[in-house]
Amino acid sequence: MIDTENLTKKFGDLTAVDNLTINVEDGEVFGFLGPNGAGKTTTVRMLCCLISKTSGTARIGDYEVGNSADQQKIRRMIGLLTENVGLYEELSAYDNLDFYGRFYKLDEQRRKERIEYLLKMLGLWEKRNEAAATFSKGMKQKLAIARALIHDPQVLFLDEPTASLDPEAAKTIRDLILELKKEKRTIFLNTHLLDEAEKICDRVAILKTQLIATGTPKELRRRLSGRKIKVQLQRVDNVIVEAIRKIGFQVSEITPDSLVIDVNDPEKENPTILKAIEAAGGHVQFVTEIGSSLEDVYLKLVRG
Amino acid sequence: MDFQSAWAVAAKDFKILKRKSQVIYITVVFPLVVGIAFPLILQYALYHPKNSLVGRIGVTGLMDAFSVWFLIGAAVIPAAIASYSLVGEKIQKSLEPLLATPMTDGEILLGKTISGLVVPLAAIYAGSVIYMSLMDVVTRSTLGYLYYPNWHMGAILLVAPFLCLLSVELNIIISSRVNDVRTAQQMGMLCALPFFGVYIASELGIFTFNDTNLLILAGVILVIDVVVFFVSRAAFQREEILTKWK
Repeated sequence: MIDTENLTKKFGDLTAVDNLTINVEDGEVFGFLGPNGAGKTTTVRMLCCLISKTSGTARIGDYEVGNSADQQKIRRMIGLLTENVGLYEELSAYDNLDFYGRFYKLDEQRRKERIEYLLKMLGLWEKRNEAAATFSKGMKQKLAIARALIHDPQVLFLDEPTASLDPEAAKTIRDLILELKKEKRTIFLNTHLLDEAEKICDRVAILKTQLIATGTPKELRRRLSGRKIKVQLQRVDNVIVEAIRKIGFQVSEITPDSLVIDVNDPEKENPTILKAIEAAGGHVQFVTEIGSSLEDVYLKLVRG
Repeated sequence: MDFQSAWAVAAKDFKILKRKSQVIYITVVFPLVVGIAFPLILQYALYHPKNSLVGRIGVTGLMDAFSVWFLIGAAVIPAAIASYSLVGEKIQKSLEPLLATPMTDGEILLGKTISGLVVPLAAIYAGSVIYMSLMDVVTRSTLGYLYYPNWHMGAILLVAPFLCLLSVELNIIISSRVNDVRTAQQMGMLCALPFFGVYIASELGIFTFNDTNLLILAGVILVIDVVVFFVSRAAFQREEILTKWK
């Protein structure tokens, strides 16, 4: 649904996005992670035909980004939640949505239906006639999402949808994104919240001007941190540690009653390790696999 | 160009302006003052002929001179609304979602032009109706006939929309370059300076606001309007708006 190849954006001498190649499948929630200034918003703006690309190609569905004949078509099939909600504060929730519905050629009846459906779904129907200025941050964010969905777009771009929200409001928005995911919409989620990406996204890409890594959160964790097991023992001594090292495994953490061991394939390697420990006089109580979080992976990648 | 989309932008601006009473007051006060105060001044002058201009330039000359103030209004008033309309979008950061819709730059600019034009123009026309009515009431016994409506006022009201349009377009260009409403309005007022030059020229007798000259002025301003519209369209760059506007 979204394909880019060597997509690049330069502002004068500054390269904001450098040779980005990604592929987002239809119906997928794709997380775009990166620190501030990594080029996430610039990428979204290029894909939404808001700013031009310097080089490379990008396609949304069958349409080519940058081709002037396709720009209107792309804008019709996408919805964008911008980093700043940008609502008309003086207008009511209903009028904000009605205004945007007009640009997508929705007739009055269809606009009414969509507005009612969206405001009810987001729990704002009772407040439809109140000015957006009176809304809380979370309510404004919901209204801005409703605005992005007014024309029922196939592709939804969400730029930092939970930034600056309190934890409860952020959870409401995350739940909403999960609901939208069920509707099989393609969602491109810009975020720097790794927990959010891990909970919501099918796949993630990590960007720092250039694409650093891409894959499912689980794949990235495995690929970049390897796998580890934690062996809980009655007591740890040097003989046990040496026995493990002797059979070719790295012990990365030692405590008086546990060891963390780097492994590649725990299903196959665990019996060998346990045998070596038993042979060295150790008494194993239990073994668990410990995974590093997406945060560990992210920090490792971003810090280089 | 989809006029429905442009009208939707203008209609939205009208809804917002209805809640901005300050902007409405600025727009309405000037034409009302000209429409009411000048007939009252003339009435005073007619009752005190020794101290007045009436003796020097005559009643109708004075009425024609007063009516030119509606052109001054047409040059100045749109600054209040046009400057708010784009800077307001900047302040609320509402342009990015708007630019992400299928609307073209021309449609957005046309919508902004309509919203900046309609209210000031309506206020000027309403003020001129009040002015003509009161002037007729005040001068009928002196002149022995109704001076208004006449071709001179017709020519002034023909120039007014073109002048208003020019002011709106210049204010849109200015407000796309500044970040607060006050600066936009102050700079917008400067757009009226060339017209003040014409007005001063008329006071000095270099230029006369007669019917023929007013029609020529209308034609000249219309040509400038068209040129400035294309300049404002070229100046309205989505990329620049999104990456450089603070």
